[in-house]
Amino acid sequence: MELTTVWFALIALLWAGYFLLEGFDFGVGILLPVLGRDNRERRLLINTIGPVWDGNEVWLIVAGGATFAAFPEWYATLFSGFYLPLLLILAALIIRGVAFEYRGKRDDDRWRRRWDLCIIAGSWIPAVLWGVAFGNIVRGVRLDADHEYVGGFFDLLNPYALVGGLTTLALFTLHGAVFLALKTDGEIRERAGRLAARLIGPAVVVAAGFLLWTAIAHHDVAGWILMAAAAVSLLAAIPAIRARREGWAFLATAATLVLAVFALFVTLFPNVMPSSIADANSLTVTNASASPYTLKVMTWVAVGCTPFVLLYQSWTYWVFRKRLSVEKIPA
Amino acid sequence: MDTLDIARWQFGITTVYHFLFVPITIGMSVLVAGLQTAWVRTGKEHYLKATKFWGKLFLINFAIGVVTGIVQEFQFGMNWSDYSRFVGDVFGAPLAIEGLLAFFLESTFLGLWIFGWDRLPKKVHLATIWAAAIGTLLSAYFILAANSWMQHPVGYTMNEQTGRAELTSIWQLLTNSTTLVTFPHTITACFLTGGAVLMAVSAWHLKRRNQMDVFRPSLKLGAWVVLIAGVGVLITGDQQARIMTEQQPMKMAAAEALYQDSQPASFSIFTIGSLNGEEELYSVRIPSLLSFLATGTFDGEVEGIDNLQAEYEQKYGPGEYAPSIPVTYWSFRLMMGFGIATMAVALLALWAMRRGRTPTNRWLWLAVILSFGGPLAANSFGWIFTEMGRQPWTVFGLFKTSESVSPSVSTGEAATSLITLTVLYGVLAVVEAGLFLKYARAGAPEIPPSDSDSSDEDRPLAFAY
Repeated sequence: MELTTVWFALIALLWAGYFLLEGFDFGVGILLPVLGRDNRERRLLINTIGPVWDGNEVWLIVAGGATFAAFPEWYATLFSGFYLPLLLILAALIIRGVAFEYRGKRDDDRWRRRWDLCIIAGSWIPAVLWGVAFGNIVRGVRLDADHEYVGGFFDLLNPYALVGGLTTLALFTLHGAVFLALKTDGEIRERAGRLAARLIGPAVVVAAGFLLWTAIAHHDVAGWILMAAAAVSLLAAIPAIRARREGWAFLATAATLVLAVFALFVTLFPNVMPSSIADANSLTVTNASASPYTLKVMTWVAVGCTPFVLLYQSWTYWVFRKRLSVEKIPA
Repeated sequence: MDTLDIARWQFGITTVYHFLFVPITIGMSVLVAGLQTAWVRTGKEHYLKATKFWGKLFLINFAIGVVTGIVQEFQFGMNWSDYSRFVGDVFGAPLAIEGLLAFFLESTFLGLWIFGWDRLPKKVHLATIWAAAIGTLLSAYFILAANSWMQHPVGYTMNEQTGRAELTSIWQLLTNSTTLVTFPHTITACFLTGGAVLMAVSAWHLKRRNQMDVFRPSLKLGAWVVLIAGVGVLITGDQQARIMTEQQPMKMAAAEALYQDSQPASFSIFTIGSLNGEEELYSVRIPSLLSFLATGTFDGEVEGIDNLQAEYEQKYGPGEYAPSIPVTYWSFRLMMGFGIATMAVALLALWAMRRGRTPTNRWLWLAVILSFGGPLAANSFGWIFTEMGRQPWTVFGLFKTSESVSPSVSTGEAATSLITLTVLYGVLAVVEAGLFLKYARAGAPEIPPSDSDSSDEDRPLAFAY
């Protein structure tokens, strides 16, 4: 296999990992006002992701860095082209990260409410915008012959991309609800389970709509298979949620996200950012890639580091595997 | 202002801001790990108190360092897409390695440390803070390797077809002579900064005779770290100056506003005259010192700006090759001045506290408390000097700042970004300073009676959000 293909696959993997992990973080943030009825409950919700959210976010940083190193042209076009959405995402991630750390540091309801707002907004914005961004990447954007983005901000808000945004929002929220049902105990676990059961209907509708739209617009058999697999695993979450099999439900929503990301990347391939103006302007794994030497070096680094990262991140989840309940949160 | 100016302001503001927090993180992570090691080895309670106290301040600071770090990675692509296209093949690699090797380590193990009190066996828990500290050091190495490549490009070739730089040796990139002096200079400065935090905050409490068992050793530890790290900063800074003279002679000339070649060259402590240093009314000078800084001998020749400008015009074509002289001249002096002043305060504090003494002179305490800002200012001026001194280049001799900016980003978009981030950073600075002061004043926590034998089932979360 060509190293450019390997790196395309690795970047897909990083995004899949990011959606799988920070997906439920965002879901927890979005559900904060819904499931957290008082301060103690909200504290409980935040503490379910407390030890891991920062490590989860690094998947994004590494996806960005890997794109810079392996496909500099893609990195340059994407980040300068999607300027305002990325600025919004940055602002959201900043206030959200600080909010987790600072919320509990003053015993003052107004202080906590403000940070809660930061967590909620900071989770909604990226949950929607990542979907919008990926919708646009798959759909193709206005790239000129120099691979510069020549469209405007509002071109990014087309119907297909907006459905993409709704899809990530719905899936992350559902994923978060399932995660909370898995990670908490007592009454809040019941409520999270019931909420997941109510969320899955809309999530299925929106996600199916987005995947169908994608499947019709792009005739790619491998992509179709992955989309079907994503749909099946999402449907598989329904009985699991109903039967209160939270582990299986989480596995199902996690697989949905991973398979959906793979489906989008496979549909894209060999493009990384198609141009809607002319095929010749599209960025591909070949014309966007770094030199063979850089790819080789990076491959060795990835092969050497990734197993350790997976090992110690899994260990963290193992250490904090216990369910949390309100009683364990100091009043 | 056009997009270029705005993008430069944003880079300057966000980078200097980010680097207020980074050195505290790096310096304090190691110091906190050291204090916790002392507790695990001796079992003395005041070490545990100190670990928890400094650990909390460390985390308040770390939060902002992390979130502003994301901006650093994104803005290369957002504001500097042509730079990213030009250097991505070389520059992207250390950045990606930094994420994979360092950021995962740092963030995962810090999560374990924060939430792992009582959850993890004592020694394993201790190992998590060391792993996080090692992560911060690794991260510094790779990002400095990337920056050093901009100061002194090595291990690359120019691809004639694409007009872009391509990596030919990752080994050369990682062992760049510039990296090898910049890393120890930066890391010792980080320790100096961490030491100054300990020293200044402890002084606030000692002045009030609070918790002497915790803050007396902390102040001494901080002051010793400032002194030892400070000596390291001086030695590495001296080596760095020599390497800089070799690799970027214009930067050295600009640091002294030296227009004519001089042998030997004197160093001015300060000058009163025109801002660009061409006319001088009055200055305090140390003879031959610049020669020594630049070449290592007291009668070495230092090239002046005028000659270098002529040389570069021949080599690179017409253009302005001198950086902003007022900025380089003053930032160079302020960097050294603030660093040395902090060391002087540390020395004074140690002397005043010799053999169990606790000084009462309020001016002394004020000086020690204010020394908190010394390294922060020195670090900022250091970066301003080294980055502004490289202008007009982003990659020295290869690629100019004016060519680096994103062509597809409008002035309005760039301004939106600059304003958004500046306002957000400003608000966060106020919030973080407020919290830092609150927890600094609160003093060390009381440690509840030993509960190490009870099961962890029902205990509230330690260090929970």
